[in-house]
Amino acid sequence: MAYPIVRYLIPPPIPEANISSIRVGSVGDFSPETGIIFQFGRIPGILIRLENGQFKAFSATCTHLSCIVQYRGDLNQIWCACHNGRFDLTGRNVAGPPPRPLEEYDVKLEGEEVWVTKRA
Amino acid sequence: MWKRLRDWIDQRFETGLLIDFLKKKKVPHGKGWFWYYFGGVALFLFVVQVISGILLLFYYKASADSAYESIRFIMSQVKFGWLVRSVHSWAGNLMVLAVFIHMFSVFFLRAYRKPREMTWISGVILLLLVMGFGFSGYLLPWNELSYFATKVGTDIIGVIPIVGKAMMTLLRGSEEVTGATLPRFYGIHVAMLPLIFTLVLTTHLIFIQVQGMSEPRGWETVPEEKKVHIPFFPNFVLRDLLLWLIVFNILAVLAVLFPWELGQKADLFSSAPAGIKPEWYFLFMFQALKYIPGTVLFIDGELLGILAFLIGGLFWLLIPFLDTTDDGTARARGIKLGGTFILLFIVVMTVLGFVV
Ligand code: FES
Repeated sequence: MAYPIVRYLIPPPIPEANISSIRVGSVGDFSPETGIIFQFGRIPGILIRLENGQFKAFSATCTHLSCIVQYRGDLNQIWCACHNGRFDLTGRNVAGPPPRPLEEYDVKLEGEEVWVTKRA
Repeated sequence: MWKRLRDWIDQRFETGLLIDFLKKKKVPHGKGWFWYYFGGVALFLFVVQVISGILLLFYYKASADSAYESIRFIMSQVKFGWLVRSVHSWAGNLMVLAVFIHMFSVFFLRAYRKPREMTWISGVILLLLVMGFGFSGYLLPWNELSYFATKVGTDIIGVIPIVGKAMMTLLRGSEEVTGATLPRFYGIHVAMLPLIFTLVLTTHLIFIQVQGMSEPRGWETVPEEKKVHIPFFPNFVLRDLLLWLIVFNILAVLAVLFPWELGQKADLFSSAPAGIKPEWYFLFMFQALKYIPGTVLFIDGELLGILAFLIGGLFWLLIPFLDTTDDGTARARGIKLGGTFILLFIVVMTVLGFVV
């Protein structure tokens, strides 16, 4: 009797949209020293434009307890509001409780368009 | 007419027995009597929760697209909707507080000792259920704070080795906190927990009725004629009612003067807002986890923290079986010290959670 109930409670898998690359916007949309959250399939990602105009992208899910991180211009770091976790701009966990670095994505510019790609 | 009605009932359900029972029932009236009333306060607030909760059900819609809007509708369009919601939120908080006070007073009065072990255990289960109510209800407005609080809270469950991940998915209804999580929490909050809670609460109350209230410590040596008791009915009941009235007034003032806010609607793709905190009764755990580094000797810091909490909880649950000696022995003092430490820890961490 328990078996059907337990099986019922386990949610059926939702087919994963296998996106490995996505266009986030065009260069002009992002001013230097800002970060935005974008949607990578069902996963949030963060795209940061550095002072020198370069782009960086990471998974935005904090490696601590899965809050969504943000870019803090004043600290020049990626910051997680949940427990004050910090990552540097290479994604390395540098302060607070996060145990691992953020997964880094590749950013490519195709003309004016900003594309983010998951690393294989 | 009253007499006829009473006779009618009497012939069918010997009410005389109940009245006799109530007349004979006595409550010890000694040192610490004040603390005897907090269980009743918690019970009263539970009734408030059931009533205000049922009222909210009439308008609330449990889906990610409409939950937030339905509460905004309750608060802005429905007459007294803001009041009902505010009462529900405030009474929930006060109930957790009353349960905590009740539990620590039972602890310090050592009222959990033989033969009341099972009353204590059912009480600890009730506390966990109350926290479950708080946790599941918190998500229902589907706002930013509740979304991230649920994310963090359920992620913590995922840290538990072996079963954690499966439990987390079961609770979330998907791997992440999404729109699929909301109906689950809703079902848990309005159907599953109330059912379990009512059963455990009934058991808890039956235990108390069968065994009577515990006598203050030190009464074993007091001669029978020196012990002061007050009749349960009407004296104790009237005092209870008076206190309930006071609590009700406090609740009304809080609900009216500090209406519960709704906040921003949850956005699954936006950063966690600064200053994010869980409800105050989870704050001590939240704060303590902040102080544990990411890894301690190769062990995940989180896991270590959770294990510490589990051990603390187990110690708390088993107290009646650990504390079996008389007053004044080293073991009795050790237990008291342990409990005092837990209380201090909770208070200090909660305060730190508020100020830093
Ligand atoms: S979830 Fe990011 S620091 Fe805890």
